[in-house]
Amino acid sequence: MLLIRCPYCEAERPEVEFVYAGEAHITRPTNPSALSDEAWKDHLFTRTNPRGRHFERWRHLHGCGRFFNAVRDTVSDRFALTYKAGLPRPTDAEIEAANAPAAQTPATNAPAAQNQEARS
Amino acid sequence: MTSFRIPGKGRLTAAAPVHFTFDGQPFQGVAGDSLASALLANGVHLVGRSFKYHRPRGILSAGSEEPNALVSTDRGQGRFEPNTRATMLELYDGLAATSQNRWPSLRRDVGAVNDALYMLFSAGFYYKTFMWPKSFWTKVYEPFIRNAAGLGPAPVAVDPDVYASRFAHCDLLVVGGGPAGLAAALAAGRSGASVILCDEQAELGGSLLSETDAGIDGRSGWGWLDETRAALAALPNVTLLPRTTAIGYYHQNFLGLCQRLTDHLTVVPDGAPRERLWKVRAKRVVLAQGSIEKPLVFAGNDRPGVMLAGAARAYLNRYGVAVGRRVAIVTTHDSAWLAAFDLARAGVAVAAIVDARGTVPAGLVARAEALRIPTRIGWTVTDTAGRLRVESVRINPVAADGTVGAGQTLACDALLMSGGWTPSVHLFSHTKGSLRWQEDRQMFTPGETVEDGCPVGACAGRFGLAAALEDGAEAGRAAVAALGFTAEATAHRVTDETPLTGTSLRELPTDRDPSRIKAFVDFQNDVMAKDIRLAVREGFQSIEHIKRYTTTGMATDQGKISNINGLAIAADALKRPAPAVGLTTFRPPYTPTTFGAFAGYNRGDLFEVTRKTPIDGWAEAQGAVFEPVSLWRRAWYFPQAGEDMHAAVARECAAVRSSLGMFDASTLGKIEIVGPDAAEFMNRMYTNAWTKLAPGRCRYGLMLGEDGFIRDDGVIGRLAHDRFHVTTTTGGAARVLAMMEDYLQTEWPDLKVWLTSTTEQWAVIALQGPNARKLIEPLVEGIDLADSAFPHMAVAEGRICGVPTRLFRVSFTGELGFEINVPARHGRAVWEALHEAGQRFGITPYGTETMHVLRAEKGYIIVGQDTDGTLTPDDSGLGWAVGKTKPDFVGKRSLTRPDMLVPHRKQLVGLLTEDPQTVLEEGAQIVLDPNQPLPMKMVGHVTSSYWSAALGRSIALAVVEGGRARQGETVHVPMPDRVHRATVTGTVFFDPDNTRLSA
Repeated sequence: MLLIRCPYCEAERPEVEFVYAGEAHITRPTNPSALSDEAWKDHLFTRTNPRGRHFERWRHLHGCGRFFNAVRDTVSDRFALTYKAGLPRPTDAEIEAANAPAAQTPATNAPAAQNQEARS
Repeated sequence: MTSFRIPGKGRLTAAAPVHFTFDGQPFQGVAGDSLASALLANGVHLVGRSFKYHRPRGILSAGSEEPNALVSTDRGQGRFEPNTRATMLELYDGLAATSQNRWPSLRRDVGAVNDALYMLFSAGFYYKTFMWPKSFWTKVYEPFIRNAAGLGPAPVAVDPDVYASRFAHCDLLVVGGGPAGLAAALAAGRSGASVILCDEQAELGGSLLSETDAGIDGRSGWGWLDETRAALAALPNVTLLPRTTAIGYYHQNFLGLCQRLTDHLTVVPDGAPRERLWKVRAKRVVLAQGSIEKPLVFAGNDRPGVMLAGAARAYLNRYGVAVGRRVAIVTTHDSAWLAAFDLARAGVAVAAIVDARGTVPAGLVARAEALRIPTRIGWTVTDTAGRLRVESVRINPVAADGTVGAGQTLACDALLMSGGWTPSVHLFSHTKGSLRWQEDRQMFTPGETVEDGCPVGACAGRFGLAAALEDGAEAGRAAVAALGFTAEATAHRVTDETPLTGTSLRELPTDRDPSRIKAFVDFQNDVMAKDIRLAVREGFQSIEHIKRYTTTGMATDQGKISNINGLAIAADALKRPAPAVGLTTFRPPYTPTTFGAFAGYNRGDLFEVTRKTPIDGWAEAQGAVFEPVSLWRRAWYFPQAGEDMHAAVARECAAVRSSLGMFDASTLGKIEIVGPDAAEFMNRMYTNAWTKLAPGRCRYGLMLGEDGFIRDDGVIGRLAHDRFHVTTTTGGAARVLAMMEDYLQTEWPDLKVWLTSTTEQWAVIALQGPNARKLIEPLVEGIDLADSAFPHMAVAEGRICGVPTRLFRVSFTGELGFEINVPARHGRAVWEALHEAGQRFGITPYGTETMHVLRAEKGYIIVGQDTDGTLTPDDSGLGWAVGKTKPDFVGKRSLTRPDMLVPHRKQLVGLLTEDPQTVLEEGAQIVLDPNQPLPMKMVGHVTSSYWSAALGRSIALAVVEGGRARQGETVHVPMPDRVHRATVTGTVFFDPDNTRLSA
């Protein structure tokens, strides 16, 4: 059973409190009717399905109820990072910084953007 | 019965006799015995028949890896358990164990004829021997195989025991209570860190329990063991769990431990849990699982009396039992020599040590000579003899060039073998840890893992007592030091330890044709070396395929003993290096685990939540029959005396159509949608237009997925400009709310809307029938119920029977109807008041079956029954519910995808059978031409089908390709009895003009 850090509750909780919600950073077009059939098909059905680092959405269903984003390795199942919905996709450098040995405490297990938000 | 117990040997107290039976015969053992050690003490080696060939089998090992000695136990009161390993079964007074897979008896077994027919049962025999004639499979072959093959019988009674479970958190979990695990726990425990140490055996100590030579820190091994266990027990931060098997190692150091609590007790206390499943989250893990001895592969290596040398040493040193009077040894590893020395010193005759290696350490040879043990170095074993127990072995010299010389017969009553030791990497492999192949030692050792776990000692490939203690102490220290504790790796001084070396042989050399000898690799599944070679000859390349074709490594021992020998033989046959062939994947559980342990407390009433409405108790008192609807239990129908379901439903339907019925609709999903942007949110979530819906009015709402297919529906009332009362299907409530939250939180966080589940806050009473208004008119305050003031699809807040209500004028029956929402705590009182007041109208409570019939007569769909996730609004005849002028809503774009516009999409239609008495089966397939060749083209299926009392005939709804254009056509529904003819119609069977709604 995985441990997942909810970026809203700022706490690690067991997997049973969460539900998976598909790939992250797929924004619904503001005017779907303007899209071609091909483009709409891609929006609906085409996903990256990577071996390795995957950007995905989770919901803290039996907790705060919020949707958030996560970076998880699909091979090891390890979470590299979780961050709030609406924040930009973290860069490789940000992910690696958050997973550097010195940074592996809960307080810094978040992207730089979120840390700034938390401090401000 | 002569005793093989040796006075003065072992750790058990002979003064504590324990009585037990095996196959009905009484025996005596000693407290602390396993069933295996107690049987051996009585000279019993034959304990079972093998899986496929019914060959006599004995006890091979002394641990949980045992493949042969599986027995059934019966404690009465339904406490029957098959396939228990005799090596792990702790003896208790009155134990009744029976052997398995034999008939009529263990000694005379009819099934043993399979052994003579072995050519029929070679690798893949399932797929070859029994293929022809095809019809024989189900009637002849399969029942025969099922009867002949297999393990113990499954228990038939409900398990009467209770099982506990708990969570635990600790700094360090140590798996394995041998020297490495004890040293790790001691180093970590003394730092103050919280430590859990588990071991599958009843007594902590592991290999130390069978070691009598070596000393530790100036004491005997056992002296050190006693002191260490006492020191650990005295530490309040250390939890010791003997009889506890670590069954699985999951993500982020989450481990499952199964603790056996009462199986070893003579008297089981009432209500005491039998087992406890520990779900442990450990900050660090030390794996000290040790290693498992490898058998040697040679003809007749499965005969009772042939066993692992390390097991014989354990039976002697731990249990004080000699496994024979005249014992022979065959080995390629030094450790078997120690077993011979211990036995000789205990007074057992050692016939010879046969070592297949060319050279053996001189020290061992000298010790053998001193004990007058004959040695045969550079010899091999080529066969064994003896019907139900080994009586002799055939040994042959092997020349330097590999030539096997003439055989000699050596009499013995036990043959001990050792092919070296295999690290137990099972739990490490559960973490997806990589394994490293050690070519020189022919073993896999742990490589990298993503978990914070550290294998130590023998399970890491570092063998020997001194190495185990050093490794364990350092790992225990390092684990808690990483967590900030100050810890020391205590140095332990080991004396009199014999350094052990060995080589690995795939199979022992033989002078016979290797393709004809019965040299077993997997004892439990009766897989021989030649079966693995046959699989390779027949084209199997991957070890995973070879495993499944030959069944090697399957069954309850999961290849603990056989995997490495099987791999070596497969790699040789494939002419590839072992790591290229690979090891089959180890998966949890480590050893067979009871279903009870997994279920824990979650059985019976606690297996699943049963949701009940506030009116449920009333329905139960009235004798309602219930049905499960998602997690709810709902009243299905209310039979009166002598009525069957058909009669009850017909009566309930007639009552609603003629006068008045009442229905508990409390399970409907309800969501309160509030906020300045509530209408805009509704516009985006539902297909319908909401902006112009006036407060006080309702609308049927249809929700699609983004793919354009129907997800849910329900009547939605607008209570105020900024407040909607949404209802959903009973099963869809949580899903709909989750979907709304998803869009609101992540796509449109700018909308000022709040969503609240109110499903359980409102009790809902549906009053349906021509007399509905007459009943409630005198009971309602604050709402004008006149048709003009409160028409169909109106909603208002007021009071009923003195309590607040949200009153909806809606109908799911086609009759004049109201759905009365009252706060849940008043639900039953209002229901009872209405029921009493309604007696003058013959008010009739009805259940979900009548609700289904009445709505089907009107063609009202049920999402999930008449839709299946592939129907659009148009497919379901609900195109009218789609707001044509809205710029966007969830799913709108998909409705114009090319596939959605083709004319042959499946569409919802009505079906009337030619024979009005025939009620079609829901789910039945529909064809256009019943005489077409098989396989027929199926054009749709029946989704709803009932007897309609109002129409005096059957009715059905169905989805049919291009169905709406086929109205009036005849279609055919092939059923097992015959093909039924039906006419395609519209979906509304009753009151098509809706005159009754406004009555």
